[in-house]
Amino acid sequence: MKLYKYLIIIFIIFNFNLPNAQSEKLQSKITKNLRCLICQGQSVYDSDSEFANSVKVLVEKKINNGESEKQIYGYLEDKYGEWILYDPEFKKNTYFLWLLPILMFFIGGAIIFRLFNIKKN
Amino acid sequence: MRIKTSIIFLSIIFVIIFFIFYKGLQNPNIYTPSVNIKKNIPSFEAKIFGTNNTISSKEIFKENKFYLMNVWASWCVPCQEEHVFLINLSKEENLKIIGLNYKDNIKKAQIFLNERKNPYEIIISDPNGIIAIEWGAYGVPETFLISNKKVIKKIIGPLNRNSALEIERLIQ
Repeated sequence: MKLYKYLIIIFIIFNFNLPNAQSEKLQSKITKNLRCLICQGQSVYDSDSEFANSVKVLVEKKINNGESEKQIYGYLEDKYGEWILYDPEFKKNTYFLWLLPILMFFIGGAIIFRLFNIKKN
Repeated sequence: MRIKTSIIFLSIIFVIIFFIFYKGLQNPNIYTPSVNIKKNIPSFEAKIFGTNNTISSKEIFKENKFYLMNVWASWCVPCQEEHVFLINLSKEENLKIIGLNYKDNIKKAQIFLNERKNPYEIIISDPNGIIAIEWGAYGVPETFLISNKKVIKKIIGPLNRNSALEIERLIQ
């Protein structure tokens, strides 16, 4: 009986961290997708500059306020422009960017298919 | 016939790729933030520098004047250089200079202001840099010229003779 009690207490203690850990996970996910604007080739997550540190604090605060990932991206995009996002949104001037790889894939496939057909014949 | 078409096809692809790369060569790949965007000023609440009282952005920018919002810190060397220009600008009648003390030690900031003059009418403190992000600032020093609750000019980096002259021209 005593053992059970201890187990339950241990279980509860371990679970205290759970919500916190999840928000941290979300924070690192978001900051990995943000470009550190004053660094070269670093994400906010990787950088230790003043700017990046402030953004990290801000993201954490916003997560704690219950804002969604999209809202946070929207907020930062409004302040700094789309450049801050590593993962650009799918819209008019990024159609080419998003669709080019798929297009290449199909063209490549078509070329391979044709080559095989020629060989068969 | 087949070979001919494939040669034409390949050369067209080559020309297109060459053209794209040639164009891309001319674009500078260093990110340059836009500085002339007319944006509404953000609304925020901040602590007044050195006190425990908070002030809202509405109270700060309530008058119908030009405001110069300057992000500074005592640890920032370029801020010392631009200080002269801020003091000159603080003599302008229809311009109010607001300081945003960025991630600073209050004592050191006070020493900084005592050694030089204090050009700011109001100083708000930003211990973790969140208000600076609210403004879309990149770091220190950075200066925003505000008119009618809109940012009309943004200067990234220290003020110099030219930018100070431009501000004087804009507020006339």
